[in-house]
Order: sequence, then structure tokens, then C-alpha cells
Amino acid sequence: MTRSIIRVSAVMAILMLAVIANITYVQVFKADEYRNASGNARAILQEYSRERGPILVGRQAVAKSVETGGDLKYQREYTSPEQYAPATGFYSQVYGATGIERAENSVLSGTDDRLLFDRLQQLFAGRDPQGGAVTLGINASAQAAAYTGLAGRKGAVAAIAPKTGQILALAQSPSFDPNKLASNNSKEVTRYYNSLIDDPNQPLLNRPLVSTNPPGSVFKVVTAAAALESGRFNPQSSVPCPAKYRLPGTSTDIGNAFSGDLGNISLTEALTVSCNTAFAWLANQLGDDAMRAQADAFGFGTSFEVPMPAAAGRYPENPDAAQTAITGYGQGDVQTTALNMAQVAAAIANSGLTMAPYLVTEISGPDLKVLDTTTPESFQQAMSADNARDLTAMMVSVVQSGTGSNGQIPGVRVAGKTGTAETTEGAANTTWFIAFAPADNPEVAVAVVLEEGGGGGNSNSGPIARSVMEAILGR
Amino acid sequence: MATSTATPREMTSVQPTRRNTELGLMILAFIIGGYAMFNTALASGEGIDSELWIALAVLAGVGLVGHLSVRFLAPYAEPIMLPTAYLLNFLGLVMIYRLDIAEAQRAQENASPEPTPAVLGQLTWTIVGILLVALVFLIVRDHRKLQRYTYISLFLGVILLLLPLAPGIGETINGATLWIRIGSLTFQPAELAKIALTIFLAGYLVTKRESLKVVKSKFLGVPLPRGRDLGPLLAGWLLAMAIIAFESEIGTAVIFFGLFITLLYVATQRRGWVLLGLLFAAVGAVFAYLAFSHVRVRFEIWLDPFADADGTGFQVVQSLFGLANGGLLGTGWAQGYPQLVPFANSDFILASFGEELGLTGLIAILLLFAILVQRGLRTAVACRDVFGRLLATGLATVFGLQVFVVAAGVTKLIPMTGLTTPFMSAGGSALVANWIMIGILLRISDVTRRPDPVVTSPEDALTQVVRL
Repeated sequence: MTRSIIRVSAVMAILMLAVIANITYVQVFKADEYRNASGNARAILQEYSRERGPILVGRQAVAKSVETGGDLKYQREYTSPEQYAPATGFYSQVYGATGIERAENSVLSGTDDRLLFDRLQQLFAGRDPQGGAVTLGINASAQAAAYTGLAGRKGAVAAIAPKTGQILALAQSPSFDPNKLASNNSKEVTRYYNSLIDDPNQPLLNRPLVSTNPPGSVFKVVTAAAALESGRFNPQSSVPCPAKYRLPGTSTDIGNAFSGDLGNISLTEALTVSCNTAFAWLANQLGDDAMRAQADAFGFGTSFEVPMPAAAGRYPENPDAAQTAITGYGQGDVQTTALNMAQVAAAIANSGLTMAPYLVTEISGPDLKVLDTTTPESFQQAMSADNARDLTAMMVSVVQSGTGSNGQIPGVRVAGKTGTAETTEGAANTTWFIAFAPADNPEVAVAVVLEEGGGGGNSNSGPIARSVMEAILGR
Repeated sequence: MATSTATPREMTSVQPTRRNTELGLMILAFIIGGYAMFNTALASGEGIDSELWIALAVLAGVGLVGHLSVRFLAPYAEPIMLPTAYLLNFLGLVMIYRLDIAEAQRAQENASPEPTPAVLGQLTWTIVGILLVALVFLIVRDHRKLQRYTYISLFLGVILLLLPLAPGIGETINGATLWIRIGSLTFQPAELAKIALTIFLAGYLVTKRESLKVVKSKFLGVPLPRGRDLGPLLAGWLLAMAIIAFESEIGTAVIFFGLFITLLYVATQRRGWVLLGLLFAAVGAVFAYLAFSHVRVRFEIWLDPFADADGTGFQVVQSLFGLANGGLLGTGWAQGYPQLVPFANSDFILASFGEELGLTGLIAILLLFAILVQRGLRTAVACRDVFGRLLATGLATVFGLQVFVVAAGVTKLIPMTGLTTPFMSAGGSALVANWIMIGILLRISDVTRRPDPVVTSPEDALTQVVRL
């Protein structure tokens, strides 16, 4: 009888082992599949059950989690939602996350390794897990100036601190309200999201980072930089500025925004009056390889992660002589973003050194104790310091006595360049203004682009650029 | 019976009672349970209030009463089972408390009135259960006396099983007719029927085992019993089928039939009975599948619960989601979402544990059950009389089979059948029945290890001693 009881015991043990093996299979091997299965409400509940960390500008939260008292414990709340949308992005239970909400999710949700110590503390205290804070380098008044300036238009503003690459402003219009996407009412969220998707002006598009446009005449500073770097030209070098320039190998003539033949003028003068024919000629003199190399040294051709990925600017691959000529004044297949052009201005301001742009300056724990500070990174020496100083002087001339008069700030030497690019036949022009100030000790570089803005870069984009610079300089 | 080396009883010194070991383990169980309770109160945001202290004091008192009952009424009982059952009961209470909090929060969100906490009833039934252990000790001074009630037990067991079918008091809850209602009190008589039928089977097999042992033919080398001895097996099978047919309760039927086969085998030591039993079970399963739609539904859910994840498969799917969410280490007390699984504090309480304590916690709980079953079977092996051996084996088997059927069902190893987890699931009748079973097992162990007061003759004294 003892033996049969022992056998019963063995069968019981086998049954128990079978259950344990099966539970291991379910909880370890199948766990991921079940976690991600549709109909599993836990993932959403979990994300919304922890207090997500805030996104800070200065000491103010532009995005924070507030308790709802509902099934989903927390909801995201954005202050100045539309103003900061290009930076914060949105955080939606229906559509996921974009912008900083997505790029810094590990910090905000509290799963980042740098927050390990805080997590352990919370674990032992039995407190609900809390996310860390992300501080942006955005200057609140510059951001407000940029956003206000863009009101009612279609365009973008990017401002950079030239010495570090820290992004000071990142604005767009039209923008969207991330609060309406973070709502717990998924029906309303869906309706709002669909209205954004259907909007032909694409408010969800991150204009300053990923919307590419032909730069037009603002690209002339790149051509000028290439000319100076070639060693064959200096600011006083004489370049031809005829009324018409025949594109090599074609029967097409290009002209200027002004009438008349200026004959041979200095390179400085050519930039100051924004002479298309001079820069078309220059581009052909330098060749597409030198032009591309110069553009790439300013950050064209590179997709920077700021930390969300920005679109790379583009200089055409194999342009013929005619195409090369028109790239000299930023037409043809040259495409760029507001951030990218701000980088060009910033690099010239920073003695020719291009910096990698970044939005996040600090990562801190739930207690706002700083855990990590961003160290500025240089990208490439785009031009020599001497040539950068010369180009700066040329750009100061543009603002003081040329096409960029709207960039003038009393008592401050401002360097800048305007651009008015034709896009498609019949569409209104895209207007640009890039600038930095003060010219001798730059604190801010800015690029303003208005799509289909009509008019010219100086009149349209210039005042916005000026107000952003004034905000930074405290004027 | 004394097949191994026999030791004259008077040569062994008096068995240590091991009551202090038990007390130590009870304190350990209280510390573990108390920690879980504090953890839950803090993590859920409820905080530690005076009610929590009262509950802890009550549970400490309950544990002490349990221990003292054994110390004074069954002093030679083995020391592991009581603390194990106490810990399981305690952890079950904490999980029910934790799910009460979730229910209260849900009610608050929906602006509906706060539901009565299930933990209060469960705590009350815990007190009753422990007191019943003491009562078992007082009434059953020697388990062998229970053999006298063999046929009364059969009568009682069948009545208890049939009660839910009686008009007026029978109650169908969640598709199973397993409850009776008297006033506002619902009760599952099948839980008590388990004990009555185990006593009957043990008593019955003591007298009938010799004839059931007789072998007529062999099949593939396995000796088969005689045809005319098939009667009892057939009766047990019919009873199980009746439970499925009239009460829609597959789990209970499986347990009864499993218990039946196990005791037949242990009593006769004939594998033929197991073979025949499995054959009957297979025929019964096919028949039940064909005849009853509720059995077919369970089977289809088991094959693919995701086929109707929002309908019939909902429970099992949610259970699997919960287990997956728990992963290896679990979310921690009050950090998961066990309340999303239907019947989270009763049929699916193991899924709740799996989610919040993880694979490690769930295995730990299953090992506690394994220890309980193992100690029960050890008690059976050590017991000197056939009735006691069969009774202890039967009670341990009921625990073991029940845990297997529910744990395997919750994790989709076998079709889900809807059984309570012993000592853990919310439900007074099951808890009370389980504590009575522990009381009987402890009594058997106590009688077994109790030193004989008088040694009459050397022959009588020659008994096997198995150390517990």
C-alpha cells in the first residue's frame, strides 16, 4: 500500500510540474505576444497609470501629467500647446507619440537607465513609478516671438545658439493642439486627428525640422562661403553682375530681381544687392563638387537627431553646368529646412564651426535633480575663421545697406540674408530670412521660412527674424 | 502491513511533538502574510488604517487559536500542514482585499455605490474554519471512529450533491447549479460532499478491497478486475456524469472521479483499476462533449480562446493577459490589473497572483500546495490503519487534483472548468470544507505519531514507524 501511495504522490508531482512548465511558457515565452495582443487593455492602462515626467522650458512645464481620477489615471496637459507643439509633439493613447514625447519617452516614462536609482527608491517606498523631467533649451520669449510672428501664415522658424547648437526657438504655423490628442476621450481624439490629417496645410508636419523648401537667395551665403574657401575670391574680388546670364549649354537666360546691368562689382556688393547672375556665374566657377562640399559642411546631407530626426538638406547629385549655375542662388534641386538654414547662419557666426543642433539641455529625476546635461558637439569646420569673419561682414552689409533692411536692430550689428524662392509655376514665392546677432559676438542665429508667403524675404520674413533676435538679446 | 523493517515501539523514545517548529512556521507565515498586507495597503494608496491593524490582530489571533488547538488537542500532529494552509489562507485574504480596493475604485469612477468588501466575509469564514479545526479535534478523538459512519457519509454526500437541484433552495450562479440559498446565505454543498464521500470511499474500500483485488484476466500485462466488481466504478462514473449533466460542473465531476480511481488503486494496488478508470473517463469525456453544449464550449475555448476573445473566451484570454503582464517577477501587490479578469478573487485568483507576484510568486504558491499534498500523503504512508491511510490519501488527492484542475485551467493547459483554489478563493463553503479536511489530516497524523499508552504484547507492538 505504501508503494501505491508513493505512486500517487509521484503522479501529483508530475501534474504539478506540468502546471509549472505551462505557467513558465505563458508568463515567459508567450508573454510578449500576449502583452501586445489586441484587446489587451493593460498596456494602455499601465502607461497612463504612471505619472509621466514633465517637459520643461526654463523652469516652466510646457507638458505635464495631471491626474484624471478616471480609469486612465493620468492625462497629458500642455501649456501653450500650439506654440510648443513642434518641440513637444503629442502623447496620445490612440496615435502614440511624436516629438520629444516620443524621442525622450524612456526618460519621461521613467524606464531610462539614468533613472534606475529613482526607480529603486520608488520601488522600496512602494510609491507609484514616476517619470523623469526633460528640459529643453528653448528660450520662452524667442519661442513666443516666433510663434506670434508666424500667426496666420504658413511657415517655420528655427533659432540656434551659434556657439553650442542649442535650439532656442522651434515654431511653426499652422500648428496643432496636442491637448486634444492627449484626451482620454478616444472618439474626440480620432475626430481631431482626422481633421488634422485632412487639412491641406498639414499642421501635423513638423515644419521647422522636416519641411524642405528651395532656399533661394539665402543659399547665396553658402555659395559665397565656397567662393571664399576656394581661395580664389575675397570680399573685394570682382564678379560680373549682368542683367542677364545665359545658363551654360542652354538658350535660357536668367535675370535679377532688379533691372539693369551692374557690370563688375565686388563679391560683397553682389551679396548685398543679391545679384542672381553673379552667383550663377560663381557656382559654375566653383563647380558642383565644391558647392556640395560646402553645403554638406554646413550640415546639408545630414539628418540630425535633435533628438527627433530632422530632415537632411539636399544639394543635387549630378547637376549639369546649367543646373549648377542656378544652385548658386538656391534654386534648382536645392532643398533645405528652417533648422538647416539656421545652422548655416550659426556656423558663419561661430567662426565657421558647424555645431550639431539639440533641443534637450538637461535630464532630471522626478525630484528635478539633474542627472545628465547635454554637452555641445561640433559637427564640422565649414570654413576658416578668417573667411567666416569676412562673410559676416558681407552679411552685415546686406542688413545695413542691402536687401535685408528689416533685420536691423538699433544698436546691434546684425548679419543676415534674404531669400525669395520660386517654387512651382504659378504658386506664391517662398520667402526666407536668415540672420545672426550681434555680428561680433553672436548669441542667436535664426532662419525664418514662409511657404507660399508671396512678397519678398525682407518684408515678410525679416520682421519675424528680427523679433526673435530681439527676444534673445533682450531688446 | 509492516513490510519494511519493524522497530519495536517501546525502543523508540517518545516522538517529539514538534509543536515549537509549528509555532515558528506559523510566525513566519504571519510575517509573510502581514508584509503582503502592508505592501498592498501602501502600494494601492489605501494606507495603513486602524481596520488593517484590526484585521492583522484577528489573523494573528486566528493563527494562535489554530496552533493552540493543535498543541492541546492533537499534540502529535505533524507541524507543516497547519502553517502552510494558514499562509495560503492569509495570502488569499490579501488578494481578495486588494481586489476589493480595485472594485471600490471602479465603483467610485462609475459613481455607483461602494460594493461590500468580499474580504470581510472571507475573514469571518477564516475564523469559522479555524474554529472548525478545533471542533474536529474535539469531536473526532480518533479518526478510526469515522469508519463507523461509512454509509451515513455516502447518504450525506449524495444528499449534499443533490441539494442544489432541490427547488426553492437551489441556485444557479454563472451557469453552474452548485449553490443552495438559505435566506441571504449561499452555500456550495459540493464542498462538504467532498469530505463525506472521501470518508465513505475510505470506509467502503477497507471492507471491499480484498474482493476488488481479485484478478481475472490481463490486458497488455496489466491485471484487470473481474466484471462483476465493476459496479462501484460504474456508480462513481454515473455520479460524475450526473454532476456534469444536471449541475454543469465539470471540475467537481473530475475531482470526484479522480478521487475514486486513486482510492481504488491505492486500496487494491491494481493498475487495472487505473486503466479502466481512464477508459471510463475517456468515454465520459466524449459522451459529455457530444451531449452537452456547455462542455463543447469549454473545449472550444481551450483550443483557441482568442477565436471569441470578447465572448466565450474572454475569461481565459484575460487570464492569459494578466499572467503575461506579470511575467517573471510580477507587477507587485496592487500594481497590476487582476481586476480585469472576471472572477479575479475566486475562480481566477491564481491568475491574479500570477500577475502581481509573477511566475516566481505563482510557483511559490503552487509549491505550498505541493507541500500540503505531500504532507498529506506522508501522513497516509505513516498511518498504521488501512482506513486512515485511505482517508488521508483521499483528502490529499482532493487538494492535489483541485489545485491541478484550477491552475491548469487558468493557464490553458486543460479546459477551464471553474473550480475554487483551496484556501485562497473567496467563498465560505470551500474555505470551511478545506479547513475541516486539514483538521482530519492533522488528527490522523496525531493518532499515528501518538505514543501508545500501553504495550500489550510484543506482537502487537511490532509496527512500522515512519518518521514524519
